[in-house]
Amino acid sequence: MVNLTIDNTPVSCAEGTTIMDAAEAAGIAIPHLCYLKGINEIAACRMCTVEIKGTERLVPACDNVVQEGMTVFTNSPRVREARRINAEFIMSQHSGNCISCVRSGNCSLQTMCSDLDILDTNPYKPEVPARRWNMNAPLIHDASKCIKCMRCVNVCDKIQGMHIWDLEGSGGHAHINVTLGRSIMSADCTFCGQCIVNCATGALRERDDTDDVFDAFADPEKIVVAQTAPAVRAAWGEDFGLANDEAGTGRMVSALRKLGFDYVFDTNTGADMTIMEEASEFLEQLKDPEKYRKPMFTSCCPGWVRFMKSQYPDMVSQLSTTKSPHQMMAASIKAWFRDIKGVDPHNVYVVSIMPCLAKKAEAAEPNQNDACGDPDVDTVLTVREMNRMLRSDHIKPLLLSESEFDDPFGFSSGAGKIFGVTGGVMEAALRTAYHSVTGKNPDPDAFKDVRGMDGWKEASIDIDGTVIKVAAASGLLNTRRLIEAIRAGKVSYDFVEIMACPGGCSGGGGMPVHDGISMTDTRGSELYRLDDASEVRFSHENPAVKKIYSEYFGAPLSEKAEELLHTDHEGWDMPLNPRMSRR
Amino acid sequence: MSRLTIKTLSEAQTTVEGLYKDLERRIIASPPGLCPVDLAASFLKLCHAQTCGKCVPCRVGLGQLENMIEDVLNGDATEETVDLIEKTARVIKNTADCAIGFEAASMVLKGVEGFRDDYLEHVRHNRCVASMNQPIPCTALCPAGVDIPGYVALVNAGRYADAVRLIRKDNPFPVSCGMVCEHPCENRCRRGLIDASINIRGLKRYACEKAGIVAAPECAEPTGKKVAVIGGGPGGLSCAYYLSLMGHSVTVYDAHKNLGGMLRYGIPSYRLPREELQEDIDAILSTGIEVKRNTFIGRDMTMDQLRSEFDAVFIAIGAQQDKKLNLPGENGRGVISAVEMLGRIGDGDMPDFAGKNVCIIGGGNVAMDCTRSSRRMGADRVTCVYRRRTEDMTALPDEIEGAIAEGCEIMTMSAPVRIELDEDENVTGLVVQPQIPGAIDKSGRPRPTKADLPEVVIPCDVVVVAIGQGVDSREFEEAGIPVVRGSISAFDTGDIADNEGIFAGGDCVSGPATAIRAIGAGKVAAANIDQYLGYNHEITAGVDIPHPVMHDSKAYGRVQPNMRPAPERARDFQQIEYCMTNEEACQESGRCLRCDHFGYGIFKGGRKEKW
Repeated sequence: MVNLTIDNTPVSCAEGTTIMDAAEAAGIAIPHLCYLKGINEIAACRMCTVEIKGTERLVPACDNVVQEGMTVFTNSPRVREARRINAEFIMSQHSGNCISCVRSGNCSLQTMCSDLDILDTNPYKPEVPARRWNMNAPLIHDASKCIKCMRCVNVCDKIQGMHIWDLEGSGGHAHINVTLGRSIMSADCTFCGQCIVNCATGALRERDDTDDVFDAFADPEKIVVAQTAPAVRAAWGEDFGLANDEAGTGRMVSALRKLGFDYVFDTNTGADMTIMEEASEFLEQLKDPEKYRKPMFTSCCPGWVRFMKSQYPDMVSQLSTTKSPHQMMAASIKAWFRDIKGVDPHNVYVVSIMPCLAKKAEAAEPNQNDACGDPDVDTVLTVREMNRMLRSDHIKPLLLSESEFDDPFGFSSGAGKIFGVTGGVMEAALRTAYHSVTGKNPDPDAFKDVRGMDGWKEASIDIDGTVIKVAAASGLLNTRRLIEAIRAGKVSYDFVEIMACPGGCSGGGGMPVHDGISMTDTRGSELYRLDDASEVRFSHENPAVKKIYSEYFGAPLSEKAEELLHTDHEGWDMPLNPRMSRR
Repeated sequence: MSRLTIKTLSEAQTTVEGLYKDLERRIIASPPGLCPVDLAASFLKLCHAQTCGKCVPCRVGLGQLENMIEDVLNGDATEETVDLIEKTARVIKNTADCAIGFEAASMVLKGVEGFRDDYLEHVRHNRCVASMNQPIPCTALCPAGVDIPGYVALVNAGRYADAVRLIRKDNPFPVSCGMVCEHPCENRCRRGLIDASINIRGLKRYACEKAGIVAAPECAEPTGKKVAVIGGGPGGLSCAYYLSLMGHSVTVYDAHKNLGGMLRYGIPSYRLPREELQEDIDAILSTGIEVKRNTFIGRDMTMDQLRSEFDAVFIAIGAQQDKKLNLPGENGRGVISAVEMLGRIGDGDMPDFAGKNVCIIGGGNVAMDCTRSSRRMGADRVTCVYRRRTEDMTALPDEIEGAIAEGCEIMTMSAPVRIELDEDENVTGLVVQPQIPGAIDKSGRPRPTKADLPEVVIPCDVVVVAIGQGVDSREFEEAGIPVVRGSISAFDTGDIADNEGIFAGGDCVSGPATAIRAIGAGKVAAANIDQYLGYNHEITAGVDIPHPVMHDSKAYGRVQPNMRPAPERARDFQQIEYCMTNEEACQESGRCLRCDHFGYGIFKGGRKEKW
């Protein structure tokens, strides 16, 4: 143990503890901006500098460790002065146009400067940088707001292992940009959006597509349809300060109707349909081991599909051809309006509200147009965009009564709900696969082994004497480890679920942002609670799904199902990993 | 009123003089990977500040160039701007009255030509091609990529054996390199910004001396793959060591009686005692390497035999063929090549120079080795003859100073013309033509030009030719290995075109260079041979590095190793340099700025724990 004092408080902590952690354990919160625990402890912003008695220079607390007998001051006059001036430096290069910023009110820099009580005019000359960016890309980087905290670089490197971001150039002109001189659209970015949810300011954000939706509302010809993904219900209320019991799907549906949607559907129905297709596909493959390479991979996460196509193009054929839930829902919705309601599908405008950035890119894939030739999904909104629309239409969700999703895509099983959390798709698929093989339902909680926040989970499932080895991974660095292990022959599975974002959609790149706080586990737990409380726990027992199949698709993998519910992953191009040739 | 006053510096001027010195050190310690356009703008600003203000092109033009380059950096320029920069600089170069102006414009012109791509990237895409990927200057400049901040910290912590283990992760010759490495690591040491670079080589030697014998790590599971290494010098043995650790079965073939290559046959023992070299070799061989001495590939055994018997071959034969003077008298008795002389010394067969006058021709480190060895072999008078100036010599300054201190003469600006022989073909003298330094050539040194002075005869009995070495590559060329200008042609991966499974590296590829470059080449080849054989073994040290402590970094002097007194050391072949004392090593290692942690290193590239 090392003994020291911080702000005159005696502290004892283990050798190798940073001053920041030692202070926190003693109840002293040292301010910080670039710091992201375990990921970005690089002392770039100097907001965490402290004074150590007997030392002339000030020391950042985030990456320096405690020493025996150290006397630390976190609020000495020198520290106050240094913190303030460094904050003013950062402000001098930051577009201070907070009133039009997507992160206003939820910005670490804004909070920092407010906390430091910086009221006077900045003594330093403003020199806000400007860089060009393709504003049509799903992911936008705004150099005028970037404070070069490097979190995006380290999140992408250390959590996702994709190496999309780098500090480019040097000197005063050094700036964040895409690695290897690439543009974002020519890079192998999966658009997972983890850089956005970890950005300290509004420098990284999604392309804002809310105006397209307002335009659709204003078009009298258009029937505007919303569908909301499984994970959305566990997080949308966070931006309004609502508790889980206040922010149920009922209020969300009412709010979306109030906004102007003609129909509000539940993507969970699509998730249950995904299970019908994917479980059937898996059982087909299991029957014919000669024909198919093991394992089969899930395909519901578009960030993951982009990863597979760019990093392991030789394994794309192992992806399930089943579309992601919102894409199969959208194709089904437009086909349903055409064939059942007799509506021109070109006048049906489908908006997917998703915890996800990659779905913006997925909806734009050239072959996601099976219902009528138009894109099946017209616009993808993140949860943040949905909430911004509600706020801009001054809708107060808490004042609304609850209402139900519309039929026929409005009912979800518990299995569909847990699509929003890592391991959930696997668990849902196993529940139905077990039923398909044995003709009877398993205990719905029989496959709990694939739950939890571990980045790489595995389980062996006995279905009627056949042992199936499954795995679920989330986060792309974990994914790469898993795939490399498969390729090296170190592990072998029959069925693997991958989610690009750590923790699955609950930790999605399109979810509300809370700097430095991960809500992933909390949201995931809420989804499991909803599953547990569901009257129907199996996708194949979802009455809406049964009706859709009996009235429209017939059976999973039918000709019609293949047409609308499956996709060709080779039907579009994805930039390859530039390091591939060196592998 | 007084007619004259004594010139004194004002306080401001004295301060500025000090800042010039700071700036000089700062430029030397400049890290790689900086934006060249940004640097050009900064240099130009300094040049402009030096302008007296009299003439238009310099006073106004340099400022306008600054504005335009700043526009380029800010993304506010077009390709026409780059053309205008070029035109403007050309006019300033042609019209400035003095060097302050025309040299400033020349710097800009050199940049527009030399890094035009970077200018255009800024203009076209508002981006920069530069990015910092070598944040630790010492590790970046070490050809073997040794974790220098790591082992300096370990020395500071008194963990000497761990320091040796960490060095061996990238360089299996810690003892030898502690004594003879050219230490490119020290060239841009960031400590130079404060006072002077860390004495890294001295600390390495100290670590090895304190650690004593440190066992090599365990080898990986045997793979059953067989690799032949041709040449038992630093490159070949490094490659052999890592391949052996990876579990491959390695056989080293060497043409000499003993292993070590130029570390034994090129470097005299007063710089690297044989028992110290043997310590490294013993550790390397302890991993289970088979050695075939006195085997010359191409004569005693063919390449084809090796190709068929082994899964891969690494060629590291070095550059051990002496170059000829092509001057009259070269075949006389008493003319000896540096390779032959140092080779004989390496095997303990000392030529007897007692009472003789010896001339050494050349200005490199090998010439210095021959000069200082001649003195030790009892020569009466030793003269090193060189056609350029002392500062143009490629030998390390310490070597030249050492030779002078030991009583050798350095005769510069003297180009050898012929060697005079008596009727029995014995050398009687070396005739040289005095030179003057001429125009600066591509190497940045003045070209020696014949002076309007008569020839000079240096009476002597022995002439040692130390003007460079070539690669004895004939047998390999005949065996189908590509050879370009005498050197074996290999890629930077060690691979050889059209020769699958054959790799090469070290002096035989680069031409005569340094031990550490050969060691780096051996390491690279080992990694790529392992991959070629279908493996991905990782080399690690398994040593945790002490956490750095931030301190105030006050300026201190650099510790220089002490030498044995010149008159004493010049009489024997014993080690001439003393090891650092404990006090010195503690202070010196404490000066390290830990670039692995402070600065960019904590963000990216701070430590490669395995390769």
